[in-house]
Amino acid sequence: MIALTENSKKEYKNIWVIAEQLSGHIQQVTHELIGAARPLADDRGSEVWVFSAGPCFDGQCELLFQYGADKVIMVEDDRLLNFNDELEANILGRMIEKYKPEVVICGATTRGRALIPRVAVTKVCGLTADCTELSIDPENGDLLQTRPAFGGNIMATIRSSNHRPQMATVRPRVMKVPEPDTGRTGTIITESIIEEDLAGTKKILEVYHSDENTVNLADAQIIISGGRGVKGPKGFELLKKLANKVEGAVGASRAAVDAGWIAYSHQVGQTGQTVQTKVYMACGISGQIQHLVGMQSSDLIIAIDKDPNTPLMQMADIAVEGDLFEIIPLVLEEITKL
Amino acid sequence: MKIVVCIKQVPATTDAKIDPETKRIIREGVKAELNPFDTYAVEEGVKLRKRFGGELITLSMGPPSAVNSLRETISVGADKAVLLSDRALGGSDTWATSYALAKAIEKIGDVDLVICGKQAVDGDTAQVGPGIAAHLCWMQATYVNAVSDITEESIIAKRMHEDGYDICEMKLPAVITVVKGINTPRVPTLKGRLMSEEVDIPTWSAADIGADPEKIGLMASPTRVVKTNPPPPRESSTIKITGSSEKCAKELVRELRLRSIL
Ligand SMILES: Cc1cc2nc3c(=O)[nH]c(=O)nc-3n(C[C@H](O)[C@H](O)[C@H](O)COP(=O)(O)OP(=O)(O)OC[C@H]3O[C@@H](n4cnc5c(N)ncnc54)[C@H](O)[C@@H]3O)c2cc1C
Ligand SMILES: Nc1ncnc2c1ncn2[C@@H]1O[C@H](COP(=O)(O)O)[C@@H](O)[C@H]1O
Repeated sequence: MIALTENSKKEYKNIWVIAEQLSGHIQQVTHELIGAARPLADDRGSEVWVFSAGPCFDGQCELLFQYGADKVIMVEDDRLLNFNDELEANILGRMIEKYKPEVVICGATTRGRALIPRVAVTKVCGLTADCTELSIDPENGDLLQTRPAFGGNIMATIRSSNHRPQMATVRPRVMKVPEPDTGRTGTIITESIIEEDLAGTKKILEVYHSDENTVNLADAQIIISGGRGVKGPKGFELLKKLANKVEGAVGASRAAVDAGWIAYSHQVGQTGQTVQTKVYMACGISGQIQHLVGMQSSDLIIAIDKDPNTPLMQMADIAVEGDLFEIIPLVLEEITKL
Repeated sequence: MKIVVCIKQVPATTDAKIDPETKRIIREGVKAELNPFDTYAVEEGVKLRKRFGGELITLSMGPPSAVNSLRETISVGADKAVLLSDRALGGSDTWATSYALAKAIEKIGDVDLVICGKQAVDGDTAQVGPGIAAHLCWMQATYVNAVSDITEESIIAKRMHEDGYDICEMKLPAVITVVKGINTPRVPTLKGRLMSEEVDIPTWSAADIGADPEKIGLMASPTRVVKTNPPPPRESSTIKITGSSEKCAKELVRELRLRSIL
């Protein structure tokens, strides 16, 4: 297919981050991605640019610079307040043509996962979903994109050597938010919607923000998570008690969710939520890779399992070997004594 | 109303295990099944077809054995099925896959609506639906959990986001990808099953759909897998706590206090 020559590849420069916006607020995942983009840009001797579509509250843009962005393309138009796939894809496509980024990374959110494939198809570039690691090949400057494959049992490294930009999505909370540098500033590039961008775009009729259905595991400092070893809804009651005591949230493995013991919104892992908590305590979870990819960047990982040889018991910072139905009530007692 | 539902046949496993010796996936005894998320796409197609009349066609690109998954869709109410199968299509990434599916949809002709699953459980990319829409220059709505209305010209759909949902209106033809909550897939009746055995499912080649040979298969795919590794181990030493439950509980609480967590 229309592969680029080495010479035309050289026209593509800089690492772009697509901002995730929600009613004027730039979301944390954008800051995480700037943190991931910064070393890539440094390796390439280029810059980090953020593409931000939608009206933005004061101070949001400054933060992007503090986290490590050099330039921000702002398209502040009310028509971008709500997510419109086609409109945003048309504008981004036009910006890519105009400024020729070498790499484009975007959060693997519902919006990012709708927007980026559309742009990748029209711009004829490779796109790798849900990368857990991004680096630059020092030999030729290609982006090396690592992601779990085959249900997470293997990490695959993917590149798209003959196409530019190279596109990737990264899930929220896989990368860490960098320390902001309050003295750092950058340049804003103002762009606007043109007539052509509006062709073939949908109409958004109504928007509802609610967190009814989403258990916000992301914001919890401590997660007490249960798997097949918890044996049933009653076991989860026990975990809930502990979670309440330590002001944490309850998570679950897919096996527990599939068994109907707890709602899907609690699932952690490849097909659930990705979390990066201070403490992740896994009770009766063996820790298959699909689960691990959803929690392994937590600060302190604790496992309680009867079997000391499970992957989770092997990788945990603290591995407690024993019966969770005995240990957790005793832990509750101990905490009450404090 | 002419509806196409895109379905993928995937390895039937939620407990994929890796061989510690060879670091390869244990594939022995792993059967193939219809991508679970696509069962909701099929059901939505069946429902819309029943309500608005017209024709429901299921489409899959894959090896000849994928015909089994297509038969399953006939048994629950699809009118026709088409298999897109050709060696030249092998190794396609999501760009090339969505191109080929878009070409097949063009060949089917006069399609009003394409329905895909949210994602395929083997690739987990969720890229093919929007990719098809982009190749066809149609509008798209992803993570749809309700189709509120359809007219000759337009569709109104409810889309889920992390922080809530929205309701959008798109001109037809369009592509939607649907989530689990949208419906409860029906189970095939015996009659449906028997009938599905009889139906003739055509196989189309790359040439049949008029695919540009430069845009299909491994060679045309922008992305390339360059290496595979077992997942990296976490760098940390594990503190092991064993013994009686009382001892375990006490030591765990102590470790937590040491770290000022309690
Ligand atoms: C494409 C794909 C996506 C997937 N996505 C996810 C995902 O997002 N999240 C996810 O979690 N999984 C996911 N999985 C499934 C994953 O492969 C595992 O099947 C699942 O995580 C296993 O759950 P588990 O650890 O709870 O169960 P098991 O593996 O059965 O582990 C149960 C553990 O409990 C222990 N135990 C039993 N009784 C007790 C007791 N009384 N006290 C202490 N310990 C006890 C056992 O020793 C065992 O180690 C996915 C799989 C695939 C193929
Ligand atoms: N080979 C294929 N044949 C038909 N439909 C497919 C194929 N691959 C993906 N799809 C459709 O695209 C959706 C998303 O797949 P994916 O992008 O692979 O996660 C699936 O749920 C299917 O509806």
